[in-house]
Amino acid sequence: MLGAVIDTRTVAGLSDTGVRRAAAVALRGVTKDFGAVQAVRGIDLEIAPGEIVAFLGPNGAGKTSTIDLVLGLSQPTTGSVEVLGMHPRAAVARGLVSAVMQTGGLLKDLTVRETAQYMASLFAASGGVDDALDRAGISGIADRKVVKCSGGEQQRLRLALALLPDPALLLLDEPTTGMDVEGRRDFWRAIREDAEQGRTVLFATHYLEEADQYADRIVLVRKGLVVADGSGAEIKALASGRTVRATWPQADTSALEPIGGVDSVEVRGDSVLVHTSDSDAVARWLLTNTAARDLEINARGIEEAFLSLTGADEGDQS
Amino acid sequence: MSAVGQPLRIDPSARRVPPLGGINPTLVGIEVRRMLRNRRTVIFALVFPVAMYFIFAGQSYGGQKVGSGNVAAYILVNMALYGAALTAASIGSMVAMERAQGWSRQLRLTPLNPAAYILVKSLVALLMGGFVIALVNVIAASQGRAQMPTPVWVECGVVTVVCTLTFASLGVFIGYVVPGENAMQILGPGLAALSFLGGVFIPLTQYSEAMRQIAYWTPMYGVSEVARSPLTHELPWYAVANAVAWFALFVLGAAWRMSKDTARV
Repeated sequence: MLGAVIDTRTVAGLSDTGVRRAAAVALRGVTKDFGAVQAVRGIDLEIAPGEIVAFLGPNGAGKTSTIDLVLGLSQPTTGSVEVLGMHPRAAVARGLVSAVMQTGGLLKDLTVRETAQYMASLFAASGGVDDALDRAGISGIADRKVVKCSGGEQQRLRLALALLPDPALLLLDEPTTGMDVEGRRDFWRAIREDAEQGRTVLFATHYLEEADQYADRIVLVRKGLVVADGSGAEIKALASGRTVRATWPQADTSALEPIGGVDSVEVRGDSVLVHTSDSDAVARWLLTNTAARDLEINARGIEEAFLSLTGADEGDQS
Repeated sequence: MSAVGQPLRIDPSARRVPPLGGINPTLVGIEVRRMLRNRRTVIFALVFPVAMYFIFAGQSYGGQKVGSGNVAAYILVNMALYGAALTAASIGSMVAMERAQGWSRQLRLTPLNPAAYILVKSLVALLMGGFVIALVNVIAASQGRAQMPTPVWVECGVVTVVCTLTFASLGVFIGYVVPGENAMQILGPGLAALSFLGGVFIPLTQYSEAMRQIAYWTPMYGVSEVARSPLTHELPWYAVANAVAWFALFVLGAAWRMSKDTARV
């Protein structure tokens, strides 16, 4: 587990009028069990309006379970979930939150436009159907049957549907799975253009690169817990350090904390593992001030580091 | 980069929840259009009953008197019931299919209430059932063989429309038991078999006593007696009991399968 969870963000901003504005998403002590399986093990997360946040983690980290909670598709076992200061279902009913889901289906026998008309009719007020198709870049295939659309086109139709109610919060669950490189780029371009108008976006992904490229803030989850939270640069810095390993019986790990660059300290029996961005300082300190011996210093590749941060190699199940 | 801290363009307090749980004319219109585009359903629900009517009503016995009308009118009510029942069952079976395809999950991201969704499907079943009944009646009336007083025509039609809800529920139930697009392959021949058994295609008086005793227990028997009662002025209590019992059974079956399925949504 990382010691330094970086969170410099404001919990709730102040609007022009000085009225306290509710966080776009507020999760407090949220857990979610499915029988004996703990999908979410205690997440506290606040997302300010207008942020683009990546929910980064391997399969089985609890990303989809958390998104389901934010949408009110399931209820937390403990803790509370609020979207724009209200219950998730209340926000959905007002068209304030929408999502592009991994498993959301479409009716094969409708055309693209009919699908959008169907969905648009369900909201008290919605932006125009043509406008949503346009923003998702599929106005050209409006009269095509859904069954004849490619995977990428169907995904952009899902995006158009999500944009219909003009939501304040847009959730995307692994939105580019199965898309080719070009489809992926087009999709993200549409999202970024759209987000410039102040929409809050939370997307789940297991690609560090995708998170780094498109998010302002990355929340790293592992086994149902937030293990790191910060900008792309900060997360990459966390992931790009080195590990100092030493044999140090009765280690006094608290003494390590004041040393600059230390991210995490782990004790395994007589061994101590220190993850740090400044391995020299840690090594020097250990050898001169403690009984530690047998030092090993290992650099990690960024992907390897990410995997170790998120624990993807430890047999998670989705 | 993004507009962190910018005033939000969207004012949450200005947003409203749609009335009627999201039910609206556009929604019903698209659902009806989907049904009309389904060629197989249209053929079986319209062409087949109309053809059957012409074959049987054209026989010599077509002009014989039954209740306040004639045999041709009696056959007409039966065929309209069959067509409407098939349409309703096919609409019902779509509920399970849409759920399996993940469409209901997509709908959960909208204000549409799950109960409102079922209500819309029922409404579409009634509308389409009414449409089929009206069309079969208009075609038969233009042929001129069927005769009954106008209020009886209307009464039979309205009662038949209500009876179609039984088969909408049956469709939902079967749709869950037999997943995917196979449901209609069972419902089509199944409803035809039930119609033979229940005396919709052939009057029960033509059957042996043993067959008749079985027929009284089958789902088409009750509703067809109820649908024809404005014409025949006959309605045995066990026919009403049959109609009510099968309706309750299919609704319960559908509700039971749907509640088992909530994990998917």
